[in-house]
Amino acid sequence: MIAILRYNAGNIRSVRNALTRMGYESIITDNKDELIRAEKVIIPGVGEARSAMNYLKERDLDKIILSLKQPVLGICLGLQLMCRFSHERDTFCFGIFDAIVNRFPPHDKVPHMGWNNFTMIKGDLFEGIKTEDDVYYVHSYYAEISPATVAICDYILPFSSAMQKDNFYATQFHPEKSADIGVRILKNFLEL
Amino acid sequence: MQVMLKKRIIPCLDIKEGRTVKGINFVDIRDAGDPVELAIRYVEEGADELVFLDITATVENRKTLASLVERIAVEINIPFTVGGGINSVEDVGVLINAGADKVSVNSSAVRSPGLIRKIAGEFGSQCVVVAIDTRFFNNEWIVYVDGGRTPTPLHTVAWAEKAERLGAGEILLTSMNTDGTKSGFSTGITADVSKRLNIPVIASGGAGTPEHFREVFLMTSCSAALAASIFHFKEISIPELKKYLSDNNINVRC
Repeated sequence: MIAILRYNAGNIRSVRNALTRMGYESIITDNKDELIRAEKVIIPGVGEARSAMNYLKERDLDKIILSLKQPVLGICLGLQLMCRFSHERDTFCFGIFDAIVNRFPPHDKVPHMGWNNFTMIKGDLFEGIKTEDDVYYVHSYYAEISPATVAICDYILPFSSAMQKDNFYATQFHPEKSADIGVRILKNFLEL
Repeated sequence: MQVMLKKRIIPCLDIKEGRTVKGINFVDIRDAGDPVELAIRYVEEGADELVFLDITATVENRKTLASLVERIAVEINIPFTVGGGINSVEDVGVLINAGADKVSVNSSAVRSPGLIRKIAGEFGSQCVVVAIDTRFFNNEWIVYVDGGRTPTPLHTVAWAEKAERLGAGEILLTSMNTDGTKSGFSTGITADVSKRLNIPVIASGGAGTPEHFREVFLMTSCSAALAASIFHFKEISIPELKKYLSDNNINVRC
């Protein structure tokens, strides 16, 4: 069973629809036991960092997430929450990845919205993926490049497109909205 | 490896009572098939995003629209926007919960601009598309509402700038002068709006040939171009269009 974290962020159902299309059973839950028992946990979300962290802390879900041993995938806001600090309303986050989240400088259209490819990819999530493949982004904040960075995209400046440390994986883009390429990346995670 | 945000190609599906239709100059309406089937076809052909506009948008149709959105969300794996008759944050909530990635607001945002801020505050700017229907009239680009039936005193660039300040994540700009004519996008107003704004602008109205798409991407800084009938009736296929644009050095997702 795949657990999708229920919290105050949008786009959660899209992830569930994607898993269903791929033939995986999933539950959307904020129940601690269900999260701990799940084979994999996905932290999706479009939303705002401060209110998301507050919501998770109030329910002690931050501690649960940090204690998880199974593969965990953060998507979009999920990636940013796994970093150390977000400049979105100056929010201290999980600190799994030693990276800071900044707002894009206004040198081009913000949000970074649409399909973009990679300057670099490596690791399990990108098995069978090429740097010229496009994935779908929509975000105004980005995680800086850090030792945990496993994929880089460049828009206004180079940023972390995907990150990984131990059992924690994360993508800034939305694999659930990235057509066949996204399906392959989700499959790579689900088969870990 | 060159990294480049791609110019998006967006088929639009006008919905009336659960069917896809296409209006010519916002009046005459032709039937163009089942929206979910069409949506699936577009995804397979490489559409970058889809827009569904409920052009009847009456109260009794809201539930039909929400269930249609649910069916679409189950089937497709690219982002989609839903619009038509959205008057409140509650309306938005229903559509977002049904699986829409973004909603578009038009007349209701003109009448109460605070709606843009409310939706952005509740669901984030990324899901608020402000759709603007504009017509060149008496030497000015003016905003129209009610599906293009009612003129307003608003100037198009000024209204677009205000929408951005209020929290719009994107502008969908439709030129009524060219909509349905297949004579090409209105590049002048599209260039003005996309130059003045720091959010993405989707050009709409007038696509008839692949050259028209090339023109709007070369002559304006719009992020996407939207069309309906030419895709519905297979006058241009999305793969051919993208190959043409790519051959002409416009970055698209192939």
